[in-house]
Amino acid sequence: MSAAPEHAPTMARLNWRDRIAPHMPVLLVPLLAVAGFLAIMNPASWLTLTVSGLAMGMMIFIMASGLTLVFGLMDVINFGHGAFVSVGAFAGISVLMTLGHMTAAPSLLINLGAVLLAVIAAMLATGAMGWAFEKVIVAPVYGHHLKQILVTMGGLIVVEQLIIVAWGPEEIYFNRPEALKGAITFAGAAIEKYRLVAVAVGLVVFAAMRWVLRRTKIGLIVRAGVENGEMVEALGYRLKLVFVGVFIAGSALAGLGGVMWALYQEVITAHMGNHAMILIFIVVIIGGLGSVEGCFIGALLVGLMQNYIAFLEPKAALISNIALMVTILMWRPMGMIPVVKAK
Amino acid sequence: MIRSVLSGDLPRSVPLTLILGGILICLALAPFLFPGVRTVDTAARICIFIVLVASYDLLLGYGGIVSFAHTMFFGIGAYGVALTSTHMGRGFDAIAIGSLAGATLAAALALLIGLFSLRVRAIFFAMITLAVASAVAVLVSQLSGLTGGEDGLTFKTPRALGPAFKFGQEMFDGRLFGVKLNGKLLAYYFVFIGASVLFLVMLRVVNSPFGRVLQAIRENDFRAESIGYRVVYYRVAATCLSAAIAALAGSLYAVWLRYVGPDTVLSMELMIDILLMVVIGGMGTLYGAMIGATLFVLAQNYLQNLMGAASGLVADLPILPELLSADRWLLWLGVLFILSVYFFPTGVVGRLRGTR
Repeated sequence: MSAAPEHAPTMARLNWRDRIAPHMPVLLVPLLAVAGFLAIMNPASWLTLTVSGLAMGMMIFIMASGLTLVFGLMDVINFGHGAFVSVGAFAGISVLMTLGHMTAAPSLLINLGAVLLAVIAAMLATGAMGWAFEKVIVAPVYGHHLKQILVTMGGLIVVEQLIIVAWGPEEIYFNRPEALKGAITFAGAAIEKYRLVAVAVGLVVFAAMRWVLRRTKIGLIVRAGVENGEMVEALGYRLKLVFVGVFIAGSALAGLGGVMWALYQEVITAHMGNHAMILIFIVVIIGGLGSVEGCFIGALLVGLMQNYIAFLEPKAALISNIALMVTILMWRPMGMIPVVKAK
Repeated sequence: MIRSVLSGDLPRSVPLTLILGGILICLALAPFLFPGVRTVDTAARICIFIVLVASYDLLLGYGGIVSFAHTMFFGIGAYGVALTSTHMGRGFDAIAIGSLAGATLAAALALLIGLFSLRVRAIFFAMITLAVASAVAVLVSQLSGLTGGEDGLTFKTPRALGPAFKFGQEMFDGRLFGVKLNGKLLAYYFVFIGASVLFLVMLRVVNSPFGRVLQAIRENDFRAESIGYRVVYYRVAATCLSAAIAALAGSLYAVWLRYVGPDTVLSMELMIDILLMVVIGGMGTLYGAMIGATLFVLAQNYLQNLMGAASGLVADLPILPELLSADRWLLWLGVLFILSVYFFPTGVVGRLRGTR
């Protein structure tokens, strides 16, 4: 009888490389900020650019989060998501323009009240539109990616044209509410007030989404649905209803993002959603389709990258985002935080 | 004879054969049947769009891959010819080098994008092409030193393809069936023959074993992989081929127009037009591209006037004139597009062949 083979497990700690790997996506944001600082070498402009990059990232995140959740939950890719951004912007800004007496008042509270009303109007409009879009456009083509892409693209064209019918083909210029105009100076850097508001709103939305997804029952069902929809249905939950809810919520968020994006640009056109879609897609892809956290990190990266490069080399700004996407896909082909599907 | 020219892929339906034959005869004899600057221009456009749409169908209908960068490849071919013709002077050598360089660049770019996105999920491809195409469009309008920016490039094609060139003076007195024999006529036939050759090449490709594997992948990629075909390779190869042919179509377009600009060859609107043509004509058959492109270009040129007239008729009613005005025709195309994806996924050709 031979002796048992010697069993001598080594109990070494993971080396630092392996320990840091899971957190790498989160660390990328500060790393990019540091790299930006080294490239710019001017604290004041760096701070300005970083804040505006974060603001832009937050707005893209708000617009993109709905898209990524809808995909994760039901495998539906909505190329018409940009339509919600446009409709949200037009509905919100129309309301804001009728509230001229509130936006012209020099008080911050009254101004924010006007913006809040505009946002509520926009979210109601896009939420209702999302419900209709889901029923009419998306529902008949479940489980068929090719048709989904084609049909939602058709939906985008129709909605864009309807916006032109309703609001006219010209670009609409407007002014931000009085208290959100101008900039404050901090440590020698001029920071636009509106960008601070955008960062705050983005953080609140992200925190709220995380809370809903991690701490509530509906969030549990949504997360379980992303991982294994059939099992959730087998347990007696009507995932279809949950999905419609998520679609409406995602559309409403796109509407919110649309209003914020419009206030940032101070001009709205029917095609703005379609243009925003390019950044939204990049963000959703590098984040990992279906992952809210990945989408958040991706949005911040894209926002920072865009602003740093636009400062250093204006013509390379859009290309830089493509380069960012390519680099990240080379590193992690499924995106930074890939969604694990039990299938 | 005809069977082997068409690579054994006959229309398989009497009405379809009649329609395709009609289109072919009209296009082949366009300058003689419909003399007129605008009609010949329309015919040349139809020829070029047939090739462009067929090359897109190779990807969408046969490969099951959605791309939004097809106008980018089209534009690369067009700019290739424009740049070489500008810098090398007018001549057929400039056209040949420009179109070959354009096709090579387009294929290389398609290879890169394909390798990045198709190895993960086919759905990435749609999004990444959308992003890359818009970035390229922005880049082209920004690099105004090279590409002429928003204004585009106007250039000269060989003298033999220009209206000033006349031939057959002594034999036919410079006219054949009342049509002036000049370079514009030659340019039309240059486009027509180029388009026919490209179309037949594509017909050959989709009816080859390669085309069959692509169709198998479209129907069930998992099963195709299990049988032993490397799905990624086939998809990437289809993308490259389709990009190269789109670039060649772009070169033909540049030769015909003697002008390239971001709006005419790179715009998103053009991409949407291509999608509509493929879906209306019928996905998964190159004859669909022929019918789709013909219907669409004719509609684009003549239906808009009709809509303007309709809008004039209902001028007193609310909203309707707004919805019917000629500028809103994209709205109705969008509606038509959605309806045809739902109800006629096989398009006109599928209907005529009696398959659903």
